[in-house]
Amino acid sequence: MLTYTIRRLFTAIPTLIFISLIIFLLLDMAPGDPTASLPLTIPPEVREQIRQSLGMGEPVHIRYLLWLKQMVWSEPMFYLSQSVSWIDTPDAARLISWQTRAPVLDTVFERIPQTLMVVGLAYVVGVLIALPIGVISAYRQYSVFDQAGTFVSMIGFSIPPFFSGVLMIILFTVMMPNDSFWWFPSIYDTTLVVDSWENFGKQVRQMVLPVMVLALQTTAQISRFMRASMLDNLNQDYVRTARAKGMTESVVVLKHVLRNSMIPVITVIALGIPAIFGGAIITEQIFKVNGIGQLLIVSIQGSDVPMVQTLTFIFAVLIVFFNLIADILYGILDPRIRYD
Amino acid sequence: MPNGAQPVLDVQGLKTVFKIRGGEVHAVNDVSFDLRAGELLGVVGESGSGKSVTMMSLLGLLPTPPADVRDGTVTFQGQDLLKVDAETLRGVRGGKIGFVFQDPMTSLNPVYNVGMQIMEPLRKHMGMNKKQATVRAKELLELVGIPDAERRLKDYPHQFSGGMRQRVMIAIALACDPQVLIADEPTTALDVTIQAQILELMKDLQERLGMAVIWITHDLGVVAGIADRVLVMYGGQIVEQAPTRELFRDPQHPYTRALLKTVPRVTGGREERLAIIEGQPPILGEQPTACPFRDRCDVAFDMCAKQNPPRFDVGNGHDAACFYDARTGGPRNA
Repeated sequence: MLTYTIRRLFTAIPTLIFISLIIFLLLDMAPGDPTASLPLTIPPEVREQIRQSLGMGEPVHIRYLLWLKQMVWSEPMFYLSQSVSWIDTPDAARLISWQTRAPVLDTVFERIPQTLMVVGLAYVVGVLIALPIGVISAYRQYSVFDQAGTFVSMIGFSIPPFFSGVLMIILFTVMMPNDSFWWFPSIYDTTLVVDSWENFGKQVRQMVLPVMVLALQTTAQISRFMRASMLDNLNQDYVRTARAKGMTESVVVLKHVLRNSMIPVITVIALGIPAIFGGAIITEQIFKVNGIGQLLIVSIQGSDVPMVQTLTFIFAVLIVFFNLIADILYGILDPRIRYD
Repeated sequence: MPNGAQPVLDVQGLKTVFKIRGGEVHAVNDVSFDLRAGELLGVVGESGSGKSVTMMSLLGLLPTPPADVRDGTVTFQGQDLLKVDAETLRGVRGGKIGFVFQDPMTSLNPVYNVGMQIMEPLRKHMGMNKKQATVRAKELLELVGIPDAERRLKDYPHQFSGGMRQRVMIAIALACDPQVLIADEPTTALDVTIQAQILELMKDLQERLGMAVIWITHDLGVVAGIADRVLVMYGGQIVEQAPTRELFRDPQHPYTRALLKTVPRVTGGREERLAIIEGQPPILGEQPTACPFRDRCDVAFDMCAKQNPPRFDVGNGHDAACFYDARTGGPRNA
């Protein structure tokens, strides 16, 4: 397993370099000008100078290699020098956003906590609700509970967040009286610092609506997977064997059936994690959550190539990494799979 | 043969029904039999004759719904297993009555090692701690003839061959020294040489441990080789019951006679075609009011369509559910 993991990590390197090249070339081919959003009063020759200063005069392969060097060498060295004293701060220039003139990665690290807090929590909540729903729905197939679960996941699948999000805002922010317990803010306040119980309460309340909207989607998908997987396994012969051994129903279901059923589901859950870091672009936009998804949208609109390139590359790294995690978990749960 | 011994298991009037879309299937109809201590009881019949369903009904192993054990009593150690509470029943399952299933490839849980699967009933029913259970599990694997038992405990089912997996299944069933072992076609999924090994092992274990065994099969050859007494099932009911030797010497039910004819012989000419029983076994939508075998029977007469024959005692511990008396060649005067 360890050799397999190491081998997979090494084969990931050429994959990621290739992905980053493709992204770079795609962005290079895309129309748009980083100076387009500057005032029209700027004369063309100044505009050209700005372009040159952004490095756009270089041929595409030079620009790509420079980006790659900054991404995999200069930036890690910079963060390393910040955390340990015995490495000097490198004198290479940092990767700068064309739009904000701030270092790209600093901006990314500023935005990640909001996204993780809202989208990540929604994912955790969604999965934690989905697993028991899936188990009970399968165990009591066609019961009232199962029918209700099927109905809710149908809603979760078919109603997109740009609709359910707005619906939530209308229900819980607009129509709800302001002093009611059930009133929740529709705007996520990033500046709120949790330093007291009161502010903690505020933080929880402002997370409720986006988390609900996103968790509904996750719950709908994962609970369906879980239910189907449980049903597959509940009819297996080994379940009858476990019952014939005199095991209680909870042991039969939660020990024998659940572990077998988790094998495909864990893959789905692990592969869904990179999407958290990608942020929920639409939901973040609706609830004004200052996260990664929103950053990506703004950067695309502003033709901020370094930012878009870096964000997309980070997503690629996460996807490759969590694919590996899914494969490893698969091997841990299922003894029939051995990678060595 | 332990004739006349006290029955360890006594089944009376068992009836199991499956509810299906738009009706019911009467899979087991008024089945009564007993199992004596130390006896090996063979149960034969075609697929769908209700053999497995009968045995699973005894321990409540059928999924409900669709199954419904509607009637009857199953007396085991003075208790009616159909009426006891779930906890008592779980104590009997795996503890006092062991079960070996047909397909060893799918009957073991693929994600747990066999040691854990053998130790599970030991820890539950015998209250052993992990250490004691490990020692006992190793003994059990040795008992069923698995070499290098200690190391094999940590292996997973997919690392065993079919015959070895069935040995593991037998070890699980034997784990808590059961009084009764129910083997549901344990050799059907195995190839012939492995079959012979498993048969020999079971016969040997039964003699050494002195437990009673119910052996479900559709192979008359197997029954002839190991059973003390045989039940022949057809259409969800027992049509003939006799000591093995008696059954093969003097079969009374036309179905049993037909079954015996279908067994190919190794000796003699090859010109004869293999005998078959025409038609299909019935799927009973309701309680049968006539003999379920009459459409395929070569000696059926008007009585057979009017009434479902009860089991007539023909002496020598032998009974058959048929109105036709094979000894006189005419209707039975009962």
